[in-house]
Amino acid sequence: MIQFLQYLGESTRTSFTKLGRGTYFLLQTVSGILSVLPRPRLLLTQMYSVGVMSFLIITISGLFVGMVLGLQGYYTLSDFGAEETLGVMVAASLVRELGPVVSALLFAGRAGSALTAEIGLMKATEQLSGMEMMAVDPIKRIMTPRFLAGLMSMPLLAALFSAVGIIGGQIIGSGLLGVDEGAYWSQMQASIDFRDDIINGVIKSIVFGFVTSWIALFEGYDAIPTSEGVSRATTRTVVNSAFSILGLDFILTTLMFGDD
Amino acid sequence: MDNSDSSQDILVSVRNLSFSRGNQKIFDDISLDFERGKITAIMGPSGTGKTTLLKLIGGQLFPDQGSITVDGQNVHKLRRTELYNLRKRLGMLFQSGALLTDMNVYDNVAFPLREHTHLTESMIRTLVLMKLQAVGLRGARNMMPNELSGGMARRIALARAIALDPMMILYDEPFTGQDPISMGVLVHLIKSLNNILGLTSIIVSHDVHDTSAIADYIYVLSGGKIVGEGTPKEIQNSESEWVQQFMTGAADGPVHFHYPAKDYVDDLLSSGKRY
Repeated sequence: MIQFLQYLGESTRTSFTKLGRGTYFLLQTVSGILSVLPRPRLLLTQMYSVGVMSFLIITISGLFVGMVLGLQGYYTLSDFGAEETLGVMVAASLVRELGPVVSALLFAGRAGSALTAEIGLMKATEQLSGMEMMAVDPIKRIMTPRFLAGLMSMPLLAALFSAVGIIGGQIIGSGLLGVDEGAYWSQMQASIDFRDDIINGVIKSIVFGFVTSWIALFEGYDAIPTSEGVSRATTRTVVNSAFSILGLDFILTTLMFGDD
Repeated sequence: MDNSDSSQDILVSVRNLSFSRGNQKIFDDISLDFERGKITAIMGPSGTGKTTLLKLIGGQLFPDQGSITVDGQNVHKLRRTELYNLRKRLGMLFQSGALLTDMNVYDNVAFPLREHTHLTESMIRTLVLMKLQAVGLRGARNMMPNELSGGMARRIALARAIALDPMMILYDEPFTGQDPISMGVLVHLIKSLNNILGLTSIIVSHDVHDTSAIADYIYVLSGGKIVGEGTPKEIQNSESEWVQQFMTGAADGPVHFHYPAKDYVDDLLSSGKRY
């Protein structure tokens, strides 16, 4: 019993210490923004490796998710003779939930893990320490551009995911199953609200981008600088990002769509 | 040891330094002086915290007690910007080279110049080529760090360390894992750079032969204490058994071959437990 309490106390203390270090790290990273802005090249390089390199996985996944939504939605809606509203169903699911959430999960797996591994290895090979000795702050030079890149790429990737998904739904819905193409688009246009649906979805994806980039960078920075340490940190990035994304999605959904 | 902190000739002075990591005491009240313009070596077996000493001098770690003064400034009392300004005047050569792996050789050497100066690209090019020429690797400027051999990587790192024309270079185990030729090249480079550029060098090493060939003064560390100091000649002729064992590489002596353990026979005969 005593041992259990000790274990409980110890692990609580460890997690809070880590949270504290993480918060301090985040503040330092954010405070570096002013020094990155005059050097857009740093940011652009990272947006390329974090954002552009995730294009393929986001596009393909978005297409398939949209096509499945089209199929399932059609089978369910046609039972009620409401297959004309397929466009609304596909678009609402994507823009409100699946776009931000699934693309953030994919982003954590594709870009987050890569960031953690990169930073962890930079630490293991003394590159971060070397930079410090060259009087270059590794947080401002390495972390801030990557953080900003993640923050800015995420909403764009989520928008891409939703857009491709809607096209996928349309290909299946009106191309294969015979829903009227005009109805698909016009119903969607009439029912999807810019403020309630699209902006809320964008806010979600910005929050997810923030959290995922933070977790990925901090896990790399905090990794034990050995092969095993980096591999564990990479795993933690993906797992913790997934938990945070899903948990935050529930909270945000409650706040955003609760009053409808 | 006299207390000549204020002397012009002492560039780095370490006073009554204590540092521990966890429960392990790495340094126990040691004092060292590093003379301006000289090559001073810190020797000792692996794991005596030689690299830690360099990190303390560079202000990356904080001592438990004592002070370190570099060029009249107490490293651990400096504010962040002051510390960074001091670091611009220090070069450090890491054991691994610590080259940035996402840039080629040229950009690595240009890195400190681009970060700290507002020079035009054509001036940076001239400087980078000069530094690369000094280490004999101007022809390797387009290679990536992973294509370099260990010796080449260290020479590139050296070119980068002298990019901002520092007053002092800290070498962390520069000779470890080098073949005889690149070892010879590095020994020659360290010596000639020190003399030509008027640098002060601190070398941390456990390589007795090559380090004593170029060092002006040697400190031998063990167990958190200084066990011997002097010019290479004095160290060679030291009467300390410990220093003799270190210099000649004898397997047993004051440093025992066996890591502390319980009695051998008892250990073999005790059964039941796995450990």
